[in-house]
Amino acid sequence: MSEYTEKFDATGLNCPLPILRSKKVLSSMNTGDVLYVIATDSGSVKDFDAFCKQTGNQLLESSEADGKYHYYIKKA
Amino acid sequence: MSEKKLALIATKGTLDWAYPPFILASTAAAIGYEVQIFFTFYGLQLLKKDMNLKVSPLGNPGMPMPMGMDKWFPTIGTAIPGMEAMMSSMMKSKMKSKGVASVAELRDLCQEADVKLIACQMTVDLFDMQPSEFIDGIDYAGAATFFEFAGESDVNLFI
Repeated sequence: MSEYTEKFDATGLNCPLPILRSKKVLSSMNTGDVLYVIATDSGSVKDFDAFCKQTGNQLLESSEADGKYHYYIKKA
Repeated sequence: MSEKKLALIATKGTLDWAYPPFILASTAAAIGYEVQIFFTFYGLQLLKKDMNLKVSPLGNPGMPMPMGMDKWFPTIGTAIPGMEAMMSSMMKSKMKSKGVASVAELRDLCQEADVKLIACQMTVDLFDMQPSEFIDGIDYAGAATFFEFAGESDVNLFI
């Protein structure tokens, strides 16, 4: 997965900042756009899943590599 | 999808207890909840322009002490003058190093997300507090106002 509209680096941020700041970026984007988020907070795996389920945004991909978490969120 | 609602009552004014209301409120707002927080008694400290919040190890056996300090400072030691200020600044720097948001930052995020912050008028009068001590953009009201919103909320929490 590599196609995205905007990228947000949440590295080093802890709960609930990755979600809150990502939400802010999403607000400035258009429906169908994809936001790519990189995070280091391990709790963010479940949180991004829960965030997307509740907001209707689509979590296209959630993966881990080298201690970092990668999320691709398609804006509803 | 009609908007869900979250009603919180914040009653505590220490650094540790400042987090739950602001974390829950800002996150709920990000998910799409309409949120109100009613600040009463010591919770009013969380609405001050200059918060200067502290955390006290005194009477709090659950608080993890840095560097094994609990071995050197038994309960009575936590009452030593300066202990509270020292523990508070250690806690703040630890939070910063771990990427935890400051209380002021979370509060700003709440206000940006239109979380309604309500100061309990009775407590403001009781403690002779002045509106000038508080941040802008807050309301002053009483219990009946809280219930107007809480009565139709999906989640109600007393913190």
